[in-house]
Order: sequence, then structure tokens, then C-alpha cells
Amino acid sequence: MSVLDPIIELARGLGTTLKMMLERPVTVQYPEQKRQVRPRFRGRHVLKRYENGLEKCIGCSLCAAACPADAIFVEAGENTDEERYSPGERYASTYEINMIRCIYCGYCEDACPTEAIVLGDNYELSFFDRRSAIYTREMLLESVSSPEMLTPQKVEPGKYNRRSVPEMKDPAD
Amino acid sequence: MLSDWTLWLEWFVKAAVVTLALLTGFAYLTWYERRALARIQTRIGPNRAGPFGLLQPIADAVKLIFKEELTPSKADRIIFFWAPIITLVPSIIIAAVIPWGPSFSAFGREITLYVADINVGVLYLMSIASIAVYGIVLAGWSSNSKYAMLGGLRASAQMISYELALGFSFATVIILADSMRLLDIVERQENMWFAVVQPVGALIFWIATLAEVNRAPFDMPEAEQELTAGYHSEYSGMKFALFFMAEYQKMIVICAIAATLYFGGFREFWFLKDTIFSVDYAWTLGSWQITNWFLGPLYIFVKVVVLLFGMIWVRATWPRIRYDRLMSFGWKVMLPLSLAITFITATGIVLADIFNNRLYFWAIPVVSTLIGLFTVVMIYRELRRKAYERA
Repeated sequence: MSVLDPIIELARGLGTTLKMMLERPVTVQYPEQKRQVRPRFRGRHVLKRYENGLEKCIGCSLCAAACPADAIFVEAGENTDEERYSPGERYASTYEINMIRCIYCGYCEDACPTEAIVLGDNYELSFFDRRSAIYTREMLLESVSSPEMLTPQKVEPGKYNRRSVPEMKDPAD
Repeated sequence: MLSDWTLWLEWFVKAAVVTLALLTGFAYLTWYERRALARIQTRIGPNRAGPFGLLQPIADAVKLIFKEELTPSKADRIIFFWAPIITLVPSIIIAAVIPWGPSFSAFGREITLYVADINVGVLYLMSIASIAVYGIVLAGWSSNSKYAMLGGLRASAQMISYELALGFSFATVIILADSMRLLDIVERQENMWFAVVQPVGALIFWIATLAEVNRAPFDMPEAEQELTAGYHSEYSGMKFALFFMAEYQKMIVICAIAATLYFGGFREFWFLKDTIFSVDYAWTLGSWQITNWFLGPLYIFVKVVVLLFGMIWVRATWPRIRYDRLMSFGWKVMLPLSLAITFITATGIVLADIFNNRLYFWAIPVVSTLIGLFTVVMIYRELRRKAYERA
């Protein structure tokens, strides 16, 4: 350590900050530029569908039971072959998540026997009033690629009366 | 009588120009500081309101105007109301004596580019600069809040400690220029800036002014982490904005003073003296003759912007100094050093006069720098001794 060190150190500090000025800003210009979220990011919930458009959700309310914030409300309805929403007996006729109550813990995801509810990557949740924070079934359901995939569907009788919980491989995430 | 009327008009216009320049300068200094700090921290800074965020100060002003103004129930209402005004007014009127350009003739008369030409201009600067602290102390006291009180006390103690060093660095300039008139000081620097003749004096002036305007690393009166916001903790809305305004206007003014006293004021760089870039250069357009007077305001503007960047840069780099160290630095380092350089400057000038030898004059920067280095050595030894005692 030399005698001039106090001065040199002060000057080095100034040099460092000046050097930083030449660097590219790391700011993401948010509304125009959006950053990809991480693979395990927990954002707004999505209700998934099978490939043929039937909903995965069977209205079992396990998500509502698992929810620590009591943000989920599920009411089940009966499926018929004329108006089929999901495989098996029942479907969620009402599915509401209060996005203000939700703490995005992902327990609903874990509790779901059919992997119907998944926390997606949408984080732009802002509301002008509390009522609009309640997301209904229609808002949460995954969109479909063709109109015939929309539920309710008219299916051939007996095809989907089997077990409502599908055989699943080990969940990866 | 007509000439009287035009004189009044001239004064009024010049005063309005200075005031408006300071007000817009304040607004855009906040923008400048935020952008510069952001770039140093590899951010972008305000860039949403208008092109490059240039309308951001206006948005801020609108926000502050519509904010609720609170007065603490146990505050001294009268002083609480007057304190921001007492802080703001000196920061504007101090700019009156700063010359921002050479005189020129227009409309059949000689127009000078300063509001007031006081023959003891430096004294005026010093006295007005120290008045500003009253507003801060009164704000701290009248808020009836412990944080504000402590901020005000810190401001006054800091002001007293650094005012002395500041005074001596003013004194060096007065000795060098042989005048207290700012116009004379600027004219004397046409051959050489005083910052070159007396670099240590310029440094002391710079450090002392940082303390004077309560800027980092001497922003003890408003240390966020210790005193929430210091003396203006209890202020909100436009009253808070007035403090903010005063602080930033003081920054601008003090940079203008630094430019005037040490960096040649509105004059060009000394090595551009007899070139086309000189403020004295006269153009001949047919029967017309105009001087380069308009370069004066431009030069002082550029100097102020550069010095302001220095202030922002320092703020972005160095952490706040501890209060006892601030005090001991002020009294044990700055004051003796400023005394020493005043002595050296005076001696150098007298010797150069007696022996009629410029060599003695050029001994001033050399000896001053040596004394400055000696001070650094002494600080270093003191720090080493303290470290040794602790271990």
C-alpha cells in the first residue's frame, strides 16, 4: 500500500463509474419488449384441454381444497353425451379464481389429478376493480384451434364414459 | 428620461432571463441527473414522457402541484411556510452578479450580460450563499420532527465548517485577480485559468461547494438512510418542490460560480484567445461589426454542464462520508490546507512583483500541489495510525 493510495482509490472509483456509462443499458423497455419467463414461472392459471378439445378439468374441487388462500371456487356439473365438456361423469360448470387472493403457490397444479390447471406465463394481471379480478372458467380455458373443438361437444354415446382421470406418466415439472 | 425607461426595461429583461434560465435549468438538471445516473448504473432513465424523456420535468411538476400539502399539527406554521421560500430566494438572487457574457452594443446602447455589477461581487456571493442555510435550519426546526431537526442542525454545522475553506478559496481568487469584481476576475483569466494557477484552490472550492449545496458525498442533512429525508422530511407537495428547486438551482449557480472563478467564466479556453472562437473576435459584415458576444453564454453553459456532470458523477461514485469524519476533514484538512494555499498564492504574487520574475508566479501551482500531496500523505499517516491503534 503506497502513500497515494487514498487518492488512487478514489480516482479508480470514478473511473469505474465512468466506464459503466459506456456499457449498454440492461433495461428492458417493458410494454414494447417482453422478456421470456423462466420455464417454471408461475403466472396466471390456464385450464388445459385434451387434443380433441375436451376439457381436462373434471370439477373435482381438489384444487379448491388445496388452495391455501381459498382463491378457487369450483362447482361441478353433469356431462351427457349430447353436451360433453370433459371425459367422465362431471365437469366444472363454474370455475372461478380470485386473482387478488391467489398467491401463485402452484398447489392447485399439484393437487389436480388430471393436470387440468397449470400456472402459465401471463403475469400482466392488473384490475380497475375487485370484481374484475375474479377470472371465470371461460377466461381461464385454453383457446382452441378450430370451432368444432369447442365444448360442449356432441359425441358418440359411451365413448367417454370411461375413467375420467387419464393414465399419466411421471409428471416432469 | 427615455434612457431611464430603457434602462429599467433592460434590467427587467435580464433579471427575467436569469430567473427563467435558472428555473428551466433546475427542471432539466433533474432530468440530466436522472439520465446520467441511470447511464452510470447501466439503466436508461426517464425516457417515456416526450422525446428522450424531455417532458419528464413537466410531468413531475404537475404531479407535485396536485399533491396534498401537509403541515404537521405541532409545526410552527408561519416558519414552516416561510422556510422553503427563504431557501429558494437566495439560490435565485445569487445569480445576479454572475456575468454570463461580454458586453455588446445593440439597439444603440451598450448591453452588458449580467444583472448587477457589484465591485465586491465575491463578497455578495459568499454572503448570499451562506444565507441559504437559514431556510434549511428553520425548516428543520419548525417541522417539530426529530429527523428534520437533526437534518437542520447537520446542515448548519456543515455549513460553518466548510464555509471557512470556501472563503479562503475565494480569497485565493481575489488575490490572483486583484479584484473582487467578477467581471475583472473573468478578464484576468483570459491568459490562464485560475484552476491552472491554483489547482488545489479549485479542488478545495469544489469540495467545499459540494458540502455547501449538500450534495453527495456530503449530503448529511438529508441522509435518506439515517434521517428519512432530513430537513424536508415533513414537507410535501409544492413546498417540498421548493426545497428541491433550491437545491438544484444552488447546484447550477455554484457551478456557474466555479466556472467564473476558476475556469474563465464566459471566456473561451485560454489557448483559443486570439482565434475566431474568442468572445472578443469581431466580425465585419459590410458596414456592420459584431463581436462574438453570443459565444459567452454558450461557453459558460458548456462549463456549467461539465461541472454539473462532475457533481453527478461524484454522487454516483462515492458513498456518504461519516459525520465525524466530515467534521474532522473540514476542520483539520480543508481549513489548514486552504490557509496554506492562500499564503502561498499571496507570497508568490508578492515575490513575482518584487523581483519582477514570473518564475515566482509559476511557483504557486507547483508549491500548492506539493502542499496538497503533503496533506494527502498526512491523511494517509493518520489513517494508518488509527488502523494500527484499532488492531
